[in-house]
Amino acid sequence: MFDATELNQKNERVEKLFRAGFGLMTVMLIIPVLIILTTLVVKGGSVVNFDFLFQSPTNGMTAGGIFPALLGTVWLVLVALLISVPLGVAAAVYLSEYAPENWFTRVINLAIINLAGVPSIVHALFGVGAFVLFFGFGTSILAASLTLAIMTLPLIIVATRESLQAVPYAFREACWNMGATRWQTIRRVVLPNAISGILTGVILEVSRTSGETAPIMFTGAAFFLPLLPQSVFDQTMALSLHLFVVSTQVPDMPEAVPYGVALVLICLVLLMNSLSIALRVYLRGRKKW
Amino acid sequence: MDSGSGMAISTTDLNLWYGTFQALFDVNLEVKPGIITAMIGPSGCGKSTFLRSVNRINERLGYVRITGEINVYDRNIYGEDVELVQVRKQVGMVFQRPNPLPISIRDNVLFGYQIHGQGKTASKSDQDDVVEDALRQVLLWDQVKDRLNAKATGLSLEQQQKLCIARLLPVKPRVLLMDEPCSALDPKGTEAVEELLWELRGKYSILIVTHNMAQARRASDECIFMLLGKVVEHTETETMFVTPKFEETENYIEGRYG
Ligand SMILES: Nc1ncnc2c1ncn2[C@@H]1O[C@H](COP(=O)(O)OP(=O)(O)OP(=O)(O)O)[C@@H](O)[C@H]1O
Ligand SMILES: [Mg+2]
Repeated sequence: MFDATELNQKNERVEKLFRAGFGLMTVMLIIPVLIILTTLVVKGGSVVNFDFLFQSPTNGMTAGGIFPALLGTVWLVLVALLISVPLGVAAAVYLSEYAPENWFTRVINLAIINLAGVPSIVHALFGVGAFVLFFGFGTSILAASLTLAIMTLPLIIVATRESLQAVPYAFREACWNMGATRWQTIRRVVLPNAISGILTGVILEVSRTSGETAPIMFTGAAFFLPLLPQSVFDQTMALSLHLFVVSTQVPDMPEAVPYGVALVLICLVLLMNSLSIALRVYLRGRKKW
Repeated sequence: MDSGSGMAISTTDLNLWYGTFQALFDVNLEVKPGIITAMIGPSGCGKSTFLRSVNRINERLGYVRITGEINVYDRNIYGEDVELVQVRKQVGMVFQRPNPLPISIRDNVLFGYQIHGQGKTASKSDQDDVVEDALRQVLLWDQVKDRLNAKATGLSLEQQQKLCIARLLPVKPRVLLMDEPCSALDPKGTEAVEELLWELRGKYSILIVTHNMAQARRASDECIFMLLGKVVEHTETETMFVTPKFEETENYIEGRYG
């Protein structure tokens, strides 16, 4: 009575097949990541040490460390975050909580999605035109960070809007029906419950900004600077550009250095990401409905 | 404010349209203050629609049109000088599905209190009093007093519904509207909420929609029977259930339609 029929067995086989298939795909996704990481560690691990991280490059960048570039990337990412997170979150809140459902809102939404697809070199040119020249910031951290911020705004907006919309509508209604204004509702109920999704956007942005080369090349990053930047109006070195330089532009570069720079860049991104992941896990632990 | 009829809710020739669909027809009702009034009628007859127009939630839909007047304690709530936030404050609403906010029990009770501006000046101990008072009124205090900082969404449905009533009380509303507040609850929870209704009777004017005839009979002083957007009968509950005036009422009460 409970024996497997032929159909049961067939379904079981198909089930196994798909399970194995999907598993295999996943493994194949991980393999390149593993190869990259191992290569970097094997080839570049030997040069990464305290001095490498905290010394300036010497000898035409073939020796010494990468501190100015490391610091520069941190600067660029932080300033970009400072600009794009408030702007992006505000825009997403408006779109999700206030904007009426009409063609204009839909056009804006479409524009944001398209903005995400604009190649970074185009953003770079825009940055030169707008921030370096028009606003007169010159090639500076500020101009570069603004360019990065504009480039990554769609990431923040989309992530924030999605997490706002994941907050059940019933919560908003409950608030409104008690006489809360839209802002009171957003401030006390919607945002606190969307925060972990917003942080996902921030994580994406950190990864994207710290790796980009094109948008900063013409707007604020320099090949080599003898001095550290003193303010956001100075130029800076940056890891991504430095990596490009040491890999392609400098003769007689020891082979390990580019790998070392790449390794540091990846670790920096991972570090910044794990901070926001930790924060997200912490916040998610407090949210249950 | 209390000159005039002194009715908790009174409507004159209230008509309501959703787009082109008319959901309420010339509703003239007087809901007396301080008592419990039940509203019954088959599904789709406009009970929720009526309730939702009394604290002006309907207008959020945008395509709702209303003619006639709704007075709450003799003020036309659709008047031009009326502040919507005050309407929502004076007229509290409880829904079919308990909808506590995903914050602590304590913060749920204080939510309305704080958004209406009283919380800012209140000291911690005043707030504690407010919380205790509201939770005692809904007979929930003894069950939750040791976990006021726990998430409200972790409570049982019955407790959640009581909390949803409790959070209306700190702002001292005059009218409580309840739209099938027990339909998500088991019989025990239903009984507990009915008990609570009797506790609140006298302090607030309560209008409760229910599909449960026994509940309407047990838990109300007066009863309104609606059919297809019109009020058919409005009398004392006992009278309605023993000697209904209209055949439609009798048919409905005896379960002969939906
Ligand atoms: N948002 C809306 N848009 C359009 N029509 C609506 C809307 N809400 C209700 N209606 C219609 O108005 C009529 C009355 O609905 P209402 O929800 O007030 O009935 P009800 O008596 O509460 O029914 P139930 O007992 O099922 O809750 C129904 O025909 C319904 O289809
Ligand atoms: Mg209803």
